[in-house]
Amino acid sequence: MTGPDRSGTIDGDLSTDGGRSTTPSTHTVRLELNDEPGQLLAALEPIADNGGNLLSIYHERGNKTPRGRIPVEVDFEATEERFEGIVDALRAAGVNVMQAGTEEYAEDVTVVVFGHLIDTDLSDTLQRIEACASASVADVSLTAPKGTEEASSARLRLETRAGETETALAAVRSLADEKGLRVVEPLVGVDA
Amino acid sequence: MKLAIIGAGAVGRSVVELAGEYGHEVVAVADSASAAVDPDGMDAAAVLERKATEGTVGDDDPADALAAEYDALVEATPTTLGDAEPGFSHVTAALERDRHAVLANKGPVAERFRELRALADDSEGDVRFEATVGGAIPAVSTVEDVEPGHVTAVRGVLNGTANFILTRMAAEGLDYEHVLAEAQDLGVAEADPSFDVEGTDAALKCVILSNVLSFGAADDPADAREFTLADADIEGIRDVPGSALQLAAEDGQTVRLIGEATGETVRVAPRLVPENGTLAVSGTQNIVQIETSHAGRLNISGRGAGGPETASAVLGDVGRLE
Repeated sequence: MTGPDRSGTIDGDLSTDGGRSTTPSTHTVRLELNDEPGQLLAALEPIADNGGNLLSIYHERGNKTPRGRIPVEVDFEATEERFEGIVDALRAAGVNVMQAGTEEYAEDVTVVVFGHLIDTDLSDTLQRIEACASASVADVSLTAPKGTEEASSARLRLETRAGETETALAAVRSLADEKGLRVVEPLVGVDA
Repeated sequence: MKLAIIGAGAVGRSVVELAGEYGHEVVAVADSASAAVDPDGMDAAAVLERKATEGTVGDDDPADALAAEYDALVEATPTTLGDAEPGFSHVTAALERDRHAVLANKGPVAERFRELRALADDSEGDVRFEATVGGAIPAVSTVEDVEPGHVTAVRGVLNGTANFILTRMAAEGLDYEHVLAEAQDLGVAEADPSFDVEGTDAALKCVILSNVLSFGAADDPADAREFTLADADIEGIRDVPGSALQLAAEDGQTVRLIGEATGETVRVAPRLVPENGTLAVSGTQNIVQIETSHAGRLNISGRGAGGPETASAVLGDVGRLE
């Protein structure tokens, strides 16, 4: 006997009117961790604390990403609603979520912005990048060696959905233009 | 081949000096005020000696050099923008006499490529310009070998002065002004470094490459898009603070002034590249990276400027014309 014929049917747990399933299902998140002690635990806590039932962890310690981070795949059970809370909690804890279920944050792009970052309201700049649908700001490092008066620099790590890196960079570029800042962009798609 | 060399700056002088070694004869040399013409070929050392001591190359008029009996004219006068004169007229004079023209001057190929192509099409002579892009690096001829229709993009570090400044800023944690002064002391940067640090020079090279890609891929040159400097999107390195390089370094990256030519766009800007990556060449080195449809990526790095280096590209072109 072959498997059940699912053509034309909808899995019983999913309703057709956009409502949410209350039955836990299995989810996979792909994370990138810094190669430092305690990083894995820090990434697992938000899952457990927010109602996720850990199933398996695939920790590829020997297989680093080009930027020296370690990819980790975590499978857990959670309801749809809790799943979103878990992804938010992971991000809030500073964990780099590359892929969550079907939502891929596959691209991770770093830019350096320089100019009068503080005078031009850095937090507004970051909020407006966040507001751009295709990117979220995962990490910010600021250097203002000559105080707030002179030009300063910030390195921003953005997580973007698959295929939307160019859109996200365009948004950063136009925001920088508006505020008189300069952007040093990476060469996207070039593993130089 | 018999060569007429117009322009007696570092490149022109090196061509005069090295031509004999490549089996060519110099029948005319001109600078902006004087010329030396000798149908039987001249003594290169004597001309160079006179230029060094008296500031002139001979007793003839510059126009006599253009009228001399040469096979190929070497245009090595300083690059000018806009109408690209007087370089453009020098090349025109050669082609109208059915002679070849070899350019080290970027102006005519960056600003008036279509006109130049049309002149060459009506002439028995040909135009070559390897020396205009990346000094000693065979960028144009490699693109031609791969065939422009099979090259999707050319990018690279095409200005040694800007690269030297960025390399030093990153290595020493110094600011732009400080490193620029050092580069000027070393003769790596000119007293007015604008052309290099504002990205104009790199952009001209990318414009030339875009013309090569665009005209080379078109079935009919009339359909090819012509690029000029006005089509380039250019950002220089003048304002890049040391802190930006420092933040890049903390992430395993560095900043390089990267030029990109696709045959559709031309862009020059400081970009983040991996610190130990192929594009992060050091000091005054240049690199040209060619993306091909069927042969992957080709990287050629080397000296992007200098008299003998650029003269080697000029003489390579002369050799291709034989």
